[in-house]
Amino acid sequence: MRSHKTRFLSSAALLLLAASPAVMAAGTGNLFVSSEEDDVVTVFDGKTLEQVGQIKTEERPRWLAFSPDHKKIYVAAGDGDAIDVIDVAKMEVTDRIPDIDDPEIFAIGAQGKRLYISNEDDAKFTVYDLASKTVVSQIDVGQEPEGVLATPDGKTAYVTSEVANMVHRINLESNEIEANIVVGNRPRRFALAEDGKHLWVTNELSGSVSIIDTDTNKVADTIKFEPKGFRAEDVTPVGITLAKDGKHAFVTLGRANHVAFVNTETHEVEDYVLVGARAWGVAVSNDGSQLYITNGLSDDMSIVDIAKKKQLRSIPAGRRPHSVVVDTEAGS
Amino acid sequence: MTGESAIRRSLRSTAWLCWVVCAAALSLTALAQADAGGSPDSNADTGATTAPADDGLKNFTFGYVGWDDDPRYSDARVDQQFQGEPWGRPLAGAQVALDESKFPGIAAGVKFALEEQLVANTDAALAAIRDMQSQGVHFVLLDLPAGTVARVSSEFDSSDITFFNVAASDDRLRGAYCNADLLHTIPSDAMRNDALAQYLVSRQWSKVLVLRGPQSADAEITRSFERSAKRFGLQIVATRDYILGNNPREREKNNPKLLTSGLDYDVVYIADSEGEFSRAANMAVQHPRPVVGDAGLVAEAWHWSWNKHGARQLNNRVERKADRHMTGYDWAAWVAVKAIVAGVQRTESTDYATLRDYILSDEIDLDGFKGFRMAFRDFNGQLGQPMLLTTGNWVAAVAPLEGFLDPQNYLNTLGKDARESACKASFGDAS
Repeated sequence: MRSHKTRFLSSAALLLLAASPAVMAAGTGNLFVSSEEDDVVTVFDGKTLEQVGQIKTEERPRWLAFSPDHKKIYVAAGDGDAIDVIDVAKMEVTDRIPDIDDPEIFAIGAQGKRLYISNEDDAKFTVYDLASKTVVSQIDVGQEPEGVLATPDGKTAYVTSEVANMVHRINLESNEIEANIVVGNRPRRFALAEDGKHLWVTNELSGSVSIIDTDTNKVADTIKFEPKGFRAEDVTPVGITLAKDGKHAFVTLGRANHVAFVNTETHEVEDYVLVGARAWGVAVSNDGSQLYITNGLSDDMSIVDIAKKKQLRSIPAGRRPHSVVVDTEAGS
Repeated sequence: MTGESAIRRSLRSTAWLCWVVCAAALSLTALAQADAGGSPDSNADTGATTAPADDGLKNFTFGYVGWDDDPRYSDARVDQQFQGEPWGRPLAGAQVALDESKFPGIAAGVKFALEEQLVANTDAALAAIRDMQSQGVHFVLLDLPAGTVARVSSEFDSSDITFFNVAASDDRLRGAYCNADLLHTIPSDAMRNDALAQYLVSRQWSKVLVLRGPQSADAEITRSFERSAKRFGLQIVATRDYILGNNPREREKNNPKLLTSGLDYDVVYIADSEGEFSRAANMAVQHPRPVVGDAGLVAEAWHWSWNKHGARQLNNRVERKADRHMTGYDWAAWVAVKAIVAGVQRTESTDYATLRDYILSDEIDLDGFKGFRMAFRDFNGQLGQPMLLTTGNWVAAVAPLEGFLDPQNYLNTLGKDARESACKASFGDAS
């Protein structure tokens, strides 16, 4: 499977491709949704939720993340063994980082200079330098590394191992593991809360979130999700993000088809809101009023009103939508 | 209906091979490794010596015992890739589990390892296990026939050793011949047959013609299926005995077409512990009806085409390790190691009694990459688990199927429950 079809697009071809309609300014306010089985990133207008474009990528696009200036989106293409780079204004793939084995999730360093990538099949954590286009370091981690988070100070990264049931804390100066933190079963993704003091990690098979104290590297609290009417097996939290005001965390519960609203101060689960089938990806709208949630098994995206705690509507979002990210609005 | 000694005799005869009893030919491989210790717990009454490895980690060693000349693993046999059979030693599964356990091991200050003993006969197996025991090994995977598993487990007790049966599906090992020191990660025949029965009921294929092979194991599998048919309301319209061969004088018994003629049924169930007849009978029966059991649709612990719940990555790891597809036997060895590693990780202990209590408790929440949280049954030592209903290159369905419910745990719809169990052993106070 290794990079048999990673091919660089020639810049000439890209220029031709890019000579397409309306070249928009940065700050589009658009939503970008990756769909694993279509090999595209679909673009929606953030206000009307009309589809405004589709961006062809390498095979099996999954995780998406903006560069700090929001001019680019990086796309992990798992079966393409590459990370594609989308020009946000042009809505095209304009660059490609090849030979990244089965990338699933990555984080962008605070300065936007490095990518930190989990290589699921190889059990590696890769540090990639964007300017020199080189792999700076590869670190052995537990099997099936998944969620990656780089701290805003640029000093630390965290990566989960789904199989070792751990979070590895990695020192980004020495590129070495400095702590192994045992959490719940099949840890998936992160959110950093309360000024970086608490790291939240979803445990897919324990149906919980572990909250790690980042000073002690110990689990300080565990939040269990028990929506009514679901077997414990189907409560599979994966996606997590924080409200704009930081007062709530939103945790998608996978096969339980709900998103949980958790109070970040009390750690209480305040509500469960019904969304689509196998909810994973989650993002908050620019004004902080809505959630966008990708439902991998119903091929759609839920729009949830945060204040009303209710799904407003759902829109088709390609086959097996994985992740959603929101561009800033013009002038913001 | 039969005396205990008769059961034991037939158990022995269900062995899948005839091995040469020749104590002199024991090929115990590198048994006396100085540093192949076991539990790093210094209080272990076995006096385990656990020399720290170079990296400061103490060794925590699992045992594996199998036949050195096991015909299931002959090149010719493995090449055939019979449905439901091992396609290589399940050591591959155990080794992948060790790889996965590197970081949990570091966190617990141990290095997990595997000591492999290939032996020629039961006496050699017993000697090898005693030797492992003297070196502090407490958890041993048995890749042996049912009769030998029964014999071996009866020679030890659970205060010091726990065996994992990773190969023998015979229901009696979970019933009359159960033992407190014997846990089963390979599914029982009852579980396999309950899974199939659920599928047949869900399709309303309720009239079943049973073809039964000549081996005593085939008779056991048939008995087990009869129980499943009754449990789920299937009707066995006839049971016919087949034999292998091409002798025209016996064609009524060796020809799949003739064996399946002259009556009406929805599906043909074949009890075939050897695999050859059922493989040929699939698509060769008189009526346009599916074959299930030991060919066609087969209930297995695992399948290489299974791709949900992280299965794809696990399949990749075994393929890289062993250069072949992963089977249910690899899964059984893999999950046995994983259970103990989960115990070390969650109890933060390497003490034998602590680990045994943990793996038999309700606390255990084992991830088998099959979408259900799994635990060992406290009445017979069987690991409750979903079953994959496989067609050769696909998983057609996963049991328990939708609609088959149990007030405690849907996995209880697969295999005998506590009321039905003939097991008298006590698996500790895990309740």
